[in-house]
Amino acid sequence: MLFEGFFAAGLVLGTPILLVALGELLVERTGVLNIGIEGVMLGGAFAAALGAYSSGSAAWGAVAAAATGTGLALLFALAAVTLAADQIIVGAAINLLALGVTGALYRALLGATGTALVLPTLPPLEVPVLRHLPLVGAALFGQHALVYLGLCLTPVLAFVLAHTGLGLRLRSLGDHPHAAASLGLPVRRYRVATLAVGGALGGLGGAALTLAATNTFVEGITAGRGFIALAVVVFGRWSPWGALAGSLLFGLASALQFQFQAAALAVPYQLFLMLPYLLTLVVLLLSAGGARAPRALGARYDRD
Amino acid sequence: MLAPALVALGVSVVFAAALARIGGADPWTAIQALVVGSVGSTSNLTATLLKATPLLLTGAAVMLAFKSGVFNIGAEGQFLVGALAATIAGTAPGPDTGRWLLVLLAGSLAGAAWAAIAAGFRIARGVNEVITTILLNFVALYLVSYAVDGPLQEAARQYPQSDALVAGALLWRPFAGSRLHLGVAIAFAAALAVGALLTRTTLGLRLRAAGSNAPAARLAGFAVTRDLTVAFALSGALAGLAGAVEVAGVTGRLYERISPGYGYTAIAIALLGGLRSSGVIAAALFFAALSAGAGAMERSAGVSSVLVLAVQGATLLVIAMLDVAALRRFVERRAGIDSKTGADAL
Repeated sequence: MLFEGFFAAGLVLGTPILLVALGELLVERTGVLNIGIEGVMLGGAFAAALGAYSSGSAAWGAVAAAATGTGLALLFALAAVTLAADQIIVGAAINLLALGVTGALYRALLGATGTALVLPTLPPLEVPVLRHLPLVGAALFGQHALVYLGLCLTPVLAFVLAHTGLGLRLRSLGDHPHAAASLGLPVRRYRVATLAVGGALGGLGGAALTLAATNTFVEGITAGRGFIALAVVVFGRWSPWGALAGSLLFGLASALQFQFQAAALAVPYQLFLMLPYLLTLVVLLLSAGGARAPRALGARYDRD
Repeated sequence: MLAPALVALGVSVVFAAALARIGGADPWTAIQALVVGSVGSTSNLTATLLKATPLLLTGAAVMLAFKSGVFNIGAEGQFLVGALAATIAGTAPGPDTGRWLLVLLAGSLAGAAWAAIAAGFRIARGVNEVITTILLNFVALYLVSYAVDGPLQEAARQYPQSDALVAGALLWRPFAGSRLHLGVAIAFAAALAVGALLTRTTLGLRLRAAGSNAPAARLAGFAVTRDLTVAFALSGALAGLAGAVEVAGVTGRLYERISPGYGYTAIAIALLGGLRSSGVIAAALFFAALSAGAGAMERSAGVSSVLVLAVQGATLLVIAMLDVAALRRFVERRAGIDSKTGADAL
């Protein structure tokens, strides 16, 4: 029972990171580094809160989050892909923009009441039969829709990237965009489309945060989780399974703090907040080596 | 240099006006408040310079790192541990005279040590510093949070903040009645010194060689590993110094939210400034003026001060897009397509 609750909490806390990381991974595989994913996630988190609050339905919140994430990613694409502006500067700009706009809109539209915002939550969808499996049943098969989305997308993306023509084309953009272009691939169009998908996933990651993991929105609620997703991509060596492992590790380490707090140990809570980050560092130290980024990652591409 | 600066100014003014308008405020009042609040009086100008100080130091830290091929995203964490170490040095029992030097030294060393962790990860295990520095930012954040809630909490135990620094630990304020402090001058000097170090010294040459082409630098006989470590440490020291200057020059004590993200803004500033001293100084002053003006805008026009972040972001975005080279490439591409279809290229 203790284990089930712990694992379920780890999944819920890891899902926002996983969705963002899967989207970012796809984008990075095409050679684009979008550090604005923190802002994309924040925009999604806010849109989810606003959508769910005004419609009364968490599902509409998730739709709004995906749309907002896509919109912000397309803004990034316009500047960094179409105009070939510096990807890091554009990403940093998106982060600032999202922080400012969501902060101001929150104060104007949602924050006026002075009490904490309580949002409709994504309902748990129970899978019959499997739900009653011992140990993992309740944790894996009694979750909300976005958890399933992340868990299902992981093998799908892994398969698409490794075993399909589309995956090969996407990877070729990330390693040798000029060679890909000389074979007639529309480099920019592929990158913009991938960014849009990554943005939708980033927005949904934000929704998983506000509509399931915390059930509220405050200014700057993502608090660096988009950056953590960036780290998870590298940690997972640009593979979806690696991203899943990294997100779960982070989610479980975050869940650990609740377990310890429940046990009322006389340890400062900040040390538990620190734990996921420390644990990720230790795992990196033990598992590093052999990681290789896409060769053209972050490089300016300005030829057709 | 001048044209992008004017564009930035124009964009931010238009954007601020538009946002004020959307927020239901009078755009003209908002713009006036923004300008007056940042440079309109001696005390407002002082506020801008005080805001610029941590941005200059962290901006110089990022500039040094990026030029050396070190992707240090950890200026935020290095700033925080710098502030933490400075507070320990500034509140501990001991002699009073010259304590401020010890405070600045402690901050720099702590920042350097924090960055050295990431250097060790990269050199020993090949772990990309982008991840490690980001992770270490959060560790530093919770470390400060723990310190001001536990061992360093004020004797009164009322708020999560440290005791005030002893008098000798505070930075010299040369003008009576003004909050301007020695750290402001240090920050400008540091920004200029980093530029000079990179362009005019052999160490700078080695650092830039390691940054632009490490294999070639290695072939040329440079000790690239050592140079990388130096780059990490110097960059961390500058960011740590920024934290110490903030504590000893402005706040006088440590609390949890001592940095509103200086270390992250520093990345934007370093890149916006083209990784050059003059550019970093201009960008830091511009961002500081926007921050200082934002408070005034909120008070007199009712425009939410967080909007200034959106203005900063929009400015950065437009500058990146209007980057003359990027625009030229875009035009050339269009022209290239035209020439393929037989039309004359421009």
